[in-house]
Amino acid sequence: MTELDDFRAQTRAWLEANCPPEMRKPMKSEKDICWGGRDFTFQSDAQREWLEVMGERGWTVPDWPSEYGGGGLSAEEAKILKQEMKALGCRVPLTSFGISMLGPALLAFGSEEQKQRFLPPIARGEIRWCQGYSEPGAGSDLAGLSTKAEDRGDHYLVNGQKVWTSYADEADWIFCLVRTSTESKHGGISFLLFDMASEGVSTKPIKLISGYSPFCETFFDDVKVPKDQLVHEENKGWTVAKYLLGHEREMISGMGLGGGKGSSLLSEALGEVDDPLLATDLARFDVDALAFQAMSEAFIDQLKAGEAHPALPSMMKYAGTELNKRRHELVMALGGSDALEWESDRSKEGARARDWLRTKANSIEGGTSEIQLGIVAKHILQLPGA
Amino acid sequence: MLKLNDDQRMLQDTVRLFMAEKGAISKQLRHWRDIGCKDGFGHSLWEEMGKLGLTGILVPEAAGGSALGQVEANVVLEEIGRNLTPSPFLTTAVAAVRALEGSAHAEKWLPGIAEGKTVAALAIDEGPHHDPSKITMTATRSGNGFVLDGDKQFVVQGASADLLLVAAATDDGPALFAVAPDASGLDIENVTLADSSKAARLSFDKVEVDADAQVGEGDAPLKRALAAGRAGVASELVGVAAGAFEMTNAYLRERKQFGQPIGSFQALQHRAAHLYGEIEIARAATLKAAQLLDEGSERAAMMVHVAKAKAGQVARLAVQEAVQMHGGIGMTDEHDIGFYMKRQAVIDQLFGGPDFHARALAQRS
Ligand SMILES: Cc1cc2nc3c(=O)[nH]c(=O)nc-3n(C[C@H](O)[C@H](O)[C@H](O)COP(=O)(O)OP(=O)(O)OC[C@H]3O[C@@H](n4cnc5c(N)ncnc54)[C@H](O)[C@@H]3O)c2cc1C
Repeated sequence: MTELDDFRAQTRAWLEANCPPEMRKPMKSEKDICWGGRDFTFQSDAQREWLEVMGERGWTVPDWPSEYGGGGLSAEEAKILKQEMKALGCRVPLTSFGISMLGPALLAFGSEEQKQRFLPPIARGEIRWCQGYSEPGAGSDLAGLSTKAEDRGDHYLVNGQKVWTSYADEADWIFCLVRTSTESKHGGISFLLFDMASEGVSTKPIKLISGYSPFCETFFDDVKVPKDQLVHEENKGWTVAKYLLGHEREMISGMGLGGGKGSSLLSEALGEVDDPLLATDLARFDVDALAFQAMSEAFIDQLKAGEAHPALPSMMKYAGTELNKRRHELVMALGGSDALEWESDRSKEGARARDWLRTKANSIEGGTSEIQLGIVAKHILQLPGA
Repeated sequence: MLKLNDDQRMLQDTVRLFMAEKGAISKQLRHWRDIGCKDGFGHSLWEEMGKLGLTGILVPEAAGGSALGQVEANVVLEEIGRNLTPSPFLTTAVAAVRALEGSAHAEKWLPGIAEGKTVAALAIDEGPHHDPSKITMTATRSGNGFVLDGDKQFVVQGASADLLLVAAATDDGPALFAVAPDASGLDIENVTLADSSKAARLSFDKVEVDADAQVGEGDAPLKRALAAGRAGVASELVGVAAGAFEMTNAYLRERKQFGQPIGSFQALQHRAAHLYGEIEIARAATLKAAQLLDEGSERAAMMVHVAKAKAGQVARLAVQEAVQMHGGIGMTDEHDIGFYMKRQAVIDQLFGGPDFHARALAQRS
């Protein structure tokens, strides 16, 4: 046996011994996702236990260095862990913006002190982060942001407003883009971290068309942020912001794999379909879904090998989210008028329709499809004028 | 000619103003949703539509209507679509009137419809997909009448209706029956749909009706109701597409990013231009279908399939583009654009979705 075979066998044994049976059943809805954080209400003891054992081992973030709470696994080992978890049906123990967005940015740009301070609580699911990027006047044109941070000696004084801040009302801390200089658009942005419990921070939930309220308007009124919570250098936040967006887009592209429901193929429903046109659509979708799955694997391997083009996450984000939107259109078509029910028990309070509507944001959040295509045209294809 | 005549234009002008004012989203759809209205529409608007002569648009003059045609009904429906105005117009004033006309039931029900007082509902679908060729609900002869057994769903405003028109299979083929909502053995569940409209699930457990409950003869009334309903909902879909498009077109001018209106980006311009063309095409197909119906043409059935399928596809594209081009704000409940996406999804299924109609077109003999 090679070392990797050993690792696989040990991993499987450990997972079998440590993953509570309840955490080996597929998630039923978004409510089963574990986000962690100070105020997180666990759905069950099993969910808490699963987070604890995985957090302790660093396997919530398998490829982060162990000195920052990670698992210290190599790319191959991390992939094996993922495969074994999938094979046993283990749920992802922790999902968070800390893991998928802030962590990678801190690993690349944070000071040693910042890494020590912020990464382990992310790995253990103790602190939940939100993303303060978009503003009413700065969406696609993110660098046009105007939330202001003034230098007040030992701290910054932050004033302004963010919008569409996902889970701002449930998050403990925020990573936030602020303007520290008006001399240059991109060169006047800084990347700050601060506690959402700081004086002067307030949030107001916004309701989505799905009826859920996962995001907020976030207001800053004379918020004091200690200087040691600036990541990278003052006025160099755009570099950090872009790097983080790459990771966010990588994460969102995973939507193309079918989200929490795994990668079950739509054509598995063919038995129930007597409409040949719909059957054809389902079959064609599966072709694209399986091809995308292969691309995702190639993408991750290229990333791990450091060979991925920095704009590749944009291509993946575009493809994955458009695919996910199509999946849900087809789920609705399959469901016919049953799937249109909105409040009945029978429809699980309209789960299908609400999920379908929610996917429409996939091609908007994390930068719109149009913006991703623009990035590919400019940075990969280097088309003139793009 | 494939265009509206002067009278039809005048009607359009009147209805456009009326719906934009009285039928606006804030006053009707959002209002009734937010207060949790059990009907999902306002009876006062229905009466006002009656006073304006709209609810009787297809009703014979003797019964208080104006005896106009599908083209005129569709003019009203496009404005209803544009404003997402909830009302019983499509099923009651269009499909049910066509079903009832010339039958012994006409005298009883048409005057109330023309006044904007009566609400009728059509019970056709039995599963999640529209397919009236496979009706399994039975109407069995028994003594002096029939016994109805079976389940129905997607019965638009079924829990608010004074009259239910129920499709059932008899020994002589499918037929339509007029059933009172309080008939014994009939259970009605009021269901809220994604667009906050209401559609009922009905379950008939040995519901007894008189022999004269049957509407007209054979399957002709059902066929008339389906043709009018499908052609009508195609027009409502065109209206939904046009409404979403207009709102988006305005937003393309108003919203600025990168120091310029987002409508200045060619990536969006071309899609808006494409959508404009698609909506014009869908509207032409829908008008053609309505005209052929009014002429009693043999080609009407074919064109109705084309209109419903095309309008459904175009409206789907329109609402998707609309939400996408609005960015984050398009995903919020506070903004109206999302309502267009919800309404499109519901009426796209009503009387059969694009796949159903494309298939029907291909399979017609
Ligand atoms: C569910 C959801 C969750 C979100 N969560 C967060 C979060 O946690 N934190 C955060 O900071 N933000 C978040 N966002 C915000 C998101 O990043 C923005 O909505 C997005 O970047 C688009 O910005 P906007 O909404 O201002 O749209 P706009 O930028 O106004 O875009 C409107 C339309 O114009 C198009 N457009 C703009 N510029 C161009 C161009 N140059 N060329 C072609 N087309 C163009 C866009 O693609 C879009 O179709 C979230 C959004 C959603 C919907």
